[in-house]
Amino acid sequence: MKLLSLRDVYGETLVELGRSNPNIVVLDADLAFSTKTHLFKEFFPDRFFDLGLAEADMMSTAAGLASCGKIVFASTFAIFATGRAYEQIRLSINYSQLSVKIVATHAGLATGADGYSHQALEDIALMRVLPNMQVIAPCDTEQVSSIIKTIAQIDGPFYVRLPKISLPKIYEHFEFQPGCSVVLREGNDITIGAIGPMVAEALEAHNILKSKGISARIIDFVSVKPIDETAIKKACIETKAFITCEDHSVIGGLGDAVAKVILEYKPIPHFRVGVQDTFSESGDHTDLYNKYGLMANHIANYAIKLLDS
Amino acid sequence: MENKRCDLKMKELQEIARETRKDIIKMINIAGSGHPGGSLSCVEIVVALYFRVMHHNPKAPRGATSWTDRDRFVLSKGHSVPTVYSVLSRMGFFPRDWLWKLRKIGSGLDGHPCMIKTPGIEASTGSLGQGLSIANGMALAGKMDKKDYRVYVLLGDGEIEEGQIWEASMTTSRYGLDNLCAILDHNRLQIDDSIKNIKNPYPLAEKWQSFGWEVVEVDGHNFDELLKAFEYSKQVKGKPTMIIANTIKGKGVSFMENQLAWHGKSPTTEQCELAIKEIDQP
Ligand SMILES: Cc1ncc(C[n+]2csc(CCOP(=O)(O)OP(=O)(O)O)c2C)c(N)n1
Ligand SMILES: [Mg+2]
Repeated sequence: MKLLSLRDVYGETLVELGRSNPNIVVLDADLAFSTKTHLFKEFFPDRFFDLGLAEADMMSTAAGLASCGKIVFASTFAIFATGRAYEQIRLSINYSQLSVKIVATHAGLATGADGYSHQALEDIALMRVLPNMQVIAPCDTEQVSSIIKTIAQIDGPFYVRLPKISLPKIYEHFEFQPGCSVVLREGNDITIGAIGPMVAEALEAHNILKSKGISARIIDFVSVKPIDETAIKKACIETKAFITCEDHSVIGGLGDAVAKVILEYKPIPHFRVGVQDTFSESGDHTDLYNKYGLMANHIANYAIKLLDS
Repeated sequence: MENKRCDLKMKELQEIARETRKDIIKMINIAGSGHPGGSLSCVEIVVALYFRVMHHNPKAPRGATSWTDRDRFVLSKGHSVPTVYSVLSRMGFFPRDWLWKLRKIGSGLDGHPCMIKTPGIEASTGSLGQGLSIANGMALAGKMDKKDYRVYVLLGDGEIEEGQIWEASMTTSRYGLDNLCAILDHNRLQIDDSIKNIKNPYPLAEKWQSFGWEVVEVDGHNFDELLKAFEYSKQVKGKPTMIIANTIKGKGVSFMENQLAWHGKSPTTEQCELAIKEIDQP
């Protein structure tokens, strides 16, 4: 299967946007070659600012630019964007309702060999708890390009989390809308909701389960906030159990967002696949997914257990 | 479009400063909480900016129909916002009776600046250390758009212990943001002790100079010196200006002056009356 880099497409889409919209400004914090914002810099050096190793400074600078009418994309690794500069995002960007699009890369265990210090496992939780902030976790390049183009046209703050790893193409064509989700496979025994790299795993789990006579509905919850409550409620009526899958802590992420809707609407058994409130480590991304229970076979096993219970 | 009043004489500015001080004391007394010390130390700075230095228009503040060429003021030391509220209301950004509802629910005047709620406020602050970065963003946008507006940002001398200030200070000089002028309210005190005893940021002028800034030192309660420094900052090309304004925390109220205790305490009604009498007859 051909794997494509979401980060490359982010950088390329920025260049595309830069051509049509002179108001787009891009900031980075000395990781432009990793986040791929350097592509924008090559074409529009006057609208690119590398603020150096100063993530907090970058976020507040983004706020100042946005307050003067710029549409600002600010990028660095997910842990530094949301962790180091949390309070700057909270006050100077989010509370102030400014058009800053934080597009962070190297989210999750899939960051791999760099280890715990570089693997953001709580960024969704940190961003999701902020009123007004929209949180988006794309699973392929088609989504990235549509998301970046769409949010550039919507006023207000966004958080977009990208993995370091390349991923298979899931969509032939995708059009992002805030709050959207996509049913990728129909099914009526169990629903598996996933985001980011876990969407591909969920699709594989679908096949494993199918071979065992279990019909799994697969939903891509690309918009973690706002979340598609209708799709969750429908699943609560039409399927018997729910599994959520994310390369993120099970606390505060997609799993909790879905659990809230399930609980308040019509409780059905729910299991959250993700990093189970534990520290991570260095390793190949697949070795890590294996150890921490994020592979398709894990998802399928959890599904069978949940339906048995 | 502007509402600067170049005709104002020193005497009139001093009168406005006195009225502002009385507003601050009254507001914080009625609110029952707030920060008189650092609000009183920056009165002349804020009055000079709004009444003599900045180009702005109370009829077209930040927002959809704003005057985009206006000068910007960022109160990085957000806890001193009573000073700014008093001046904004005097300029006509909002009605004066708002002042007496400071810090009350639904008042429009929160305990720290909110750019969404309050007309005339340019940046949401209160968490110290963020304002210089925000001002940099505004100044960069001004350069990009080839606009002539200037950006002013007021920092606390304790606030500069925040690392983000120094991150930002490098950006300001790296991009030669001569359309930005920072003012340091050098009142020598923070909450727990003097700045010298806490982290000792001295020597101040040399630090900012070595970070690529033009530095001027003035008496922060002297309008003549302040106005000259602001005028000078406009002539400086290729780098930002830092005006170190030597001030007195609690200035104008004898029992508050240089007192740590008055950093964040509301005066009683008795103390309030005493203070107002003193301000009227210094
Ligand atoms: C990030 C942050 N930490 C702590 C505080 C609490 N705080 C409010 S004022 C202050 C001291 C500020 O001292 P200085 O900058 O010298 O202000 P001034 O003397 O002008 O009042 C502190 C620690 C805060 N508002 N923000
Ligand atoms: Mg001080």
